Amino acid sequence: MCIPHFRYFYMQEICEQYRGLTGRKVSFMILLVVLLSGVGLIALSQGASSVGLKDSFAALFEDSGVAHAIVWKLRLPRIVMAILVGCGLAIAGTVFQAILRNPLASPHTLGIGSSAGFGAVMAIVFGGGLYKEYLIAGNAFLFALLSSSLILGVAKLKRSTPETMILAGIAMMFFFSSLSSLFQYMGTMEEVHEIVFWFFGSLSKVGWKEISMASVMILLPIPLLLKWSWDFNLLAAGDESAKALGVNVTRIRMVGLVVASLITAGAICFTGVIGFIGLVSPHITRMVIGGDHRFLLPASALVGSVLVLTADTLGRTLWAPQVIPIGIVTSFIGVPFFFYLLMKRTREYW
Amino acid sequence: MLRVHGLHFRYKNIDALKHVGIGLNKGEVLSIVGPNGAGKTTLLKCIVGIVKPDNGTVLIDGKDTSRMKRLDLARCIGYVPQSTPSKFPITVFDAVLMGRRPYIVWKPSERDLEVVADLLRSMGLEDMALRDFDHLSGGQKQKVLLARAFAQDTDYLLLDEPTSNLDLRHQMEVMEMISGMVKKKGMAAILAVHDLNLASRFSDTVVMLNAGRVFCSGKPMEVMTVENIRSVYGVEATINQNDGNPYILPIRPVGRLKK
Repeated sequence: MCIPHFRYFYMQEICEQYRGLTGRKVSFMILLVVLLSGVGLIALSQGASSVGLKDSFAALFEDSGVAHAIVWKLRLPRIVMAILVGCGLAIAGTVFQAILRNPLASPHTLGIGSSAGFGAVMAIVFGGGLYKEYLIAGNAFLFALLSSSLILGVAKLKRSTPETMILAGIAMMFFFSSLSSLFQYMGTMEEVHEIVFWFFGSLSKVGWKEISMASVMILLPIPLLLKWSWDFNLLAAGDESAKALGVNVTRIRMVGLVVASLITAGAICFTGVIGFIGLVSPHITRMVIGGDHRFLLPASALVGSVLVLTADTLGRTLWAPQVIPIGIVTSFIGVPFFFYLLMKRTREYW
Repeated sequence: MLRVHGLHFRYKNIDALKHVGIGLNKGEVLSIVGPNGAGKTTLLKCIVGIVKPDNGTVLIDGKDTSRMKRLDLARCIGYVPQSTPSKFPITVFDAVLMGRRPYIVWKPSERDLEVVADLLRSMGLEDMALRDFDHLSGGQKQKVLLARAFAQDTDYLLLDEPTSNLDLRHQMEVMEMISGMVKKKGMAAILAVHDLNLASRFSDTVVMLNAGRVFCSGKPMEVMTVENIRSVYGVEATINQNDGNPYILPIRPVGRLKK
């Protein structure tokens, strides 16, 4: 094909501009990685025992000693889990918002958080024995999936419009919250304490075993979601356009819901309810780099990780040795920040 | 060649389409006209496969579309809906690049980017390539959606009221882009239109739908008659000729509408 010179010139210029924009998105992600490493190093050096930055960094590569034990058994698992959980919640939130085409969708507004919470409550009240920790996590996981399959069921019966699914999720949230409240109302002091603790969210009890289980559930589906990022973009343009461009809208909505619920369940079953991350991470990221899911998914995962790790580090250093549960810190930081973004917004939903 | 045979579609116990048949060849523009609720949009959605008809077939170059894979169909027929939701920000370039979806596996190729850039340039959208789609005017948005459909590089293009809500200048520009593309690439386009004069001027064939049935079809001059407009729209009109095209001037509503 022979293209006249001027036409070719314009074409290249537009492509060049577009590539520049892509470059900026990549730089944002690199910046996030640097930020995450920075916060990670700070987190590594902070704690009840006085093992400083230099020592703890050195202890990473040692085989024994007190510093080694503190870093590898206490601090590092916490940091890794914070990164994992933040990544998982943010990815799940981004996917929920994309498939339901709704900026309010998130693991918690869809009722998955509160039903997982109820699962944990049930295990706390009725369970016991040696493996109680795992019983709680397992039950939370099961209930997280239960609520999303209920949403799926409603969507299958009535046509699967995003609105139906959101409303079903909100109904689910109220239902399970009130069930949990009922159990708290009737529970013993000890149980209530444990329940409240779970609903605050905590990273203090995680070890490498929990991390490996959570990472399978959180990291394994990510390549699939990245492959779908193009289809998520098309869903934003409306079901009809997406179908006409060859997207199997019903399937991607159903499978997307299941996968995002799995990720959510994996993220919260060991740590309890960490609110707000799934909702705000995609919004913050969208403000900076726009709505293209090829970049939005990985970038918002990084934003989620930075947020959770920062919140946890603040929570255990601000009033040290008193540790503030992470769920409280994320809400304390997250809510004002979110209001700030809402005030600053230039469009309906950035 | 696109052929629609005996298309029947029921929606909530109402027959939205009853035994509809149309056909058009490459290089032609066909307009579907008719009052609100006549089934124009439903017909387009059935053809492009967004909804499944209860009966009837759609043949593209002799192939039954109900047996085609979704992605293959997306390489044959493009569709521009009447309105597009916009909840999340997207640049104009990305919005047009979406049209390349049927050809992209993991990431868009150099060629995909060039196709988009070339379209933006030729449609006068190059200055807004990186702007947010939502910040455009109605006319500009319609052009971007049109560019997306062109980027899809299909032989057939369906457009649902491409000129509604546009000012005069944009109406003309959009219609000329469509007819220009049809001629240049030997495509075929089906338009659902409200404006009878635009339909007459730009189409080779006009199909007049009434209550889910094809009331009549043919060349604009044959379809746009005083009697047809009276019985389908319930409107008295005068029809003049202008350059061989009928020019319809509606006067007043008459009688009661029969459905």
